[in-house]
Amino acid sequence: MLGVFQTSQKLRTSLRLLSRAGLPPVDLQVQLLLRGRSPLSATFSRKLHLGPDGPASSPAAAPRRLPFSRVTVEDLTFFRKTLPGRAITDPDLVQSSNEDWLKSVRGSSEVLLRPQTTQEVSQILSYCHSRNLAVNPQGGNTGLVGGSVPVYDEIILSTSLMNSILSFDKISGILTCQAGCVLENLSLYLEERDYIMPLDLGAKGSCQIGGNVATNAGGLRLLRYGSLHGTVLGLEVVLADGQVLDCLSTLRKDNTGYDLKQLFIGSEGTLGVITAVSILCPRKPKSVNVVFLGCETFDQLLKTFQLCKGMLGEILSAFEFLDSECMRLLNTHLKLANPISDCPFYIVIETSGSDSDHDSQKLHNFLEEAMTSLLVTDGTVATEESKIKTLWSMRERVTEALTHDGFTYKYDISLPVERIYQLVTDMRQHLGKRARSVVGYGHVGDGNLHLNVTSPAKDPALLASIEPFIYEWTAKFQGSISAEHGLGLKKRNYIYYSKSRPAVAVMGKMKTLLDPKGILNPYKTLPDDLK
Amino acid sequence: MSGRVLVGVKRVIDYAVKIRVKPDNTGVVTDGVKHSMNPFCEIAVEEAVKLKEKKLVKEVVAVSCGPQQSQETIRTALAMGADRGIHVEVSGNDYETLGPLQVSKIMAALAKKEDAQIIILGKQAIDDDCNQTGQMTAALLDWPQGTFASEVTLDGDKIKVVREIDGGLETIKINTPAVLTADLRLNTPRYATLPNIMKAKKKKIANVKPADLGVNLTSKLEVLRVEDPPQRQAGMKVETVEDLVGKLKESGKV
Repeated sequence: MLGVFQTSQKLRTSLRLLSRAGLPPVDLQVQLLLRGRSPLSATFSRKLHLGPDGPASSPAAAPRRLPFSRVTVEDLTFFRKTLPGRAITDPDLVQSSNEDWLKSVRGSSEVLLRPQTTQEVSQILSYCHSRNLAVNPQGGNTGLVGGSVPVYDEIILSTSLMNSILSFDKISGILTCQAGCVLENLSLYLEERDYIMPLDLGAKGSCQIGGNVATNAGGLRLLRYGSLHGTVLGLEVVLADGQVLDCLSTLRKDNTGYDLKQLFIGSEGTLGVITAVSILCPRKPKSVNVVFLGCETFDQLLKTFQLCKGMLGEILSAFEFLDSECMRLLNTHLKLANPISDCPFYIVIETSGSDSDHDSQKLHNFLEEAMTSLLVTDGTVATEESKIKTLWSMRERVTEALTHDGFTYKYDISLPVERIYQLVTDMRQHLGKRARSVVGYGHVGDGNLHLNVTSPAKDPALLASIEPFIYEWTAKFQGSISAEHGLGLKKRNYIYYSKSRPAVAVMGKMKTLLDPKGILNPYKTLPDDLK
Repeated sequence: MSGRVLVGVKRVIDYAVKIRVKPDNTGVVTDGVKHSMNPFCEIAVEEAVKLKEKKLVKEVVAVSCGPQQSQETIRTALAMGADRGIHVEVSGNDYETLGPLQVSKIMAALAKKEDAQIIILGKQAIDDDCNQTGQMTAALLDWPQGTFASEVTLDGDKIKVVREIDGGLETIKINTPAVLTADLRLNTPRYATLPNIMKAKKKKIANVKPADLGVNLTSKLEVLRVEDPPQRQAGMKVETVEDLVGKLKESGKV
């Protein structure tokens, strides 16, 4: 890693020298240099947005840099005055914010800003708006579609220091907090007060609630508590020109005019910067059970799901699946042992209820039925905290196991539930020996498949086999090419597989309305042909 | 030879739960807190079940001393493969003061009553960390003991035990009947599989009172106070070595 940073330092210096020599604009130079010099290009070939033949080769690759202003010494003076000690330009400190969690995309921002208040965010955006400087809002930087890091030199606006809980109403369960609160910290805070967050995801230790809302994160509890579109009651958003939009209501019901907050939920930082969130939290369940089951076929898995909904319906809080390939990766890379015998498919079921006796009885009846009708070939149950954590880790750590298997191509698809695994088998057949592993897992209860393909190293030929095959397959069954991960940088141009042209055109109009200069998170979410 | 193994299982606060001291400092909060089987007891049950699977013993009996909820702990042992359970009812104040001496008297009485050949216990409980019950039980019965066992091999009417000690590993051979206490590396407890969980519902748990076993539960110990460990003080960063030496001298440490 260090070698790469040092190389990029030298590159930037040499570029500055060259630009003073009156050569073509910096971004073009980057392409020329990288194509010419093999050791560097080998390192930088990891940059997804510069494809093998230059920027326009793949729909996922970044477009040319738009004509935003560049950061000047005067700009830095303003930032340093507005955020004393929190306007960071030290390359070592900015580096990690320039790269995404998957290490698949890296920008070249030189400025990382860390406001603590909404007022500071407003001042920064107002200034950037007047100066035509592009801004990349960043939360926990755990996104998987390259939406959280700069593409070029956009200023990184981090909400990490905006981590205060503003209020919590014990009777209604409504929590109001700043956008930079880490999800796990909110969970711990609420659990002490007998409540829980309505969403839960594997990235909980790092992701921030503002980012969750901006990406309309789904997660493991959506089945039970619904999406953020339902649980978020209010938002405070700073618009592109610095105007603070206070829609931070804490009311469960409020039908007075257009519900503006819905626009920002899932807008991926392109319509405004979320600075505070008020969210409705459910009570902490008194009784939680986790069941880990094994099935022979996907068809049996679906029948088990139907049985589960029928017999456990009101206490069901999660229904997840993983295939035997996922289990193999968990065994191999993370040394996690299979809690049951080897089966082609595994299910993780979680029940949450208010009465442990009632829930155990319901669960017992369901398990007995599932076993006698041979839908399930093996399984185990956990009621104890420590065992529950262990069983959940079999599902939650698949993503981590994949990172050890090589370069990962991640896909997050919504399909009619009965088609979910067909995509995985078709992909395996289609790719054959070119891929190292092809795995399927995810929120089968929500019709959401996470399909991942690994290869020893980044492989453009493999990518060309996967895309657009997977998107065409998905479109054929009217699925979504991004169920919960969003579009970000990587999937922005695939939007037409799941949304019509008129719909995308209206999205473009909203973007122009709220961010006429286009400074908020440019190059992301909306397709290039809208500009 | 009865071929019967008695396994003691204790219901403790789950190790993943954050412990809170009661405001009156008389103990820790247990109401509404998740409890589970002591991890070392799980290892003990696993070892007993393994011996049965190898046909070296005939029956595994799980024993727990405590209130009504201790039955859940016994059920877990049954789901792991124990054949039947014995719940020794201890509640109220008796339960508050229940300690290794009382439990070892109960285990000794049960061992005689059930004609047990081997008693396997966890080396210690994660709530009191006493590490005494196994040793006391062996003494009361005048049986040999293989404590901190990381490997157990039955050899005719003897048992070879590899023990984890400070200097490394000690191998001993003891006669049966004997008491063994399980250490961490003895085995990896199995997950109770569904078929076994279903079967466990039908297995019998007998109810026994300490008085029936002729055991007096009076404790000679009195808990005076329970408190949190002192809060760790924040450290201080200094810029130079001179500063460091100065600070050390100031605080009287040097």
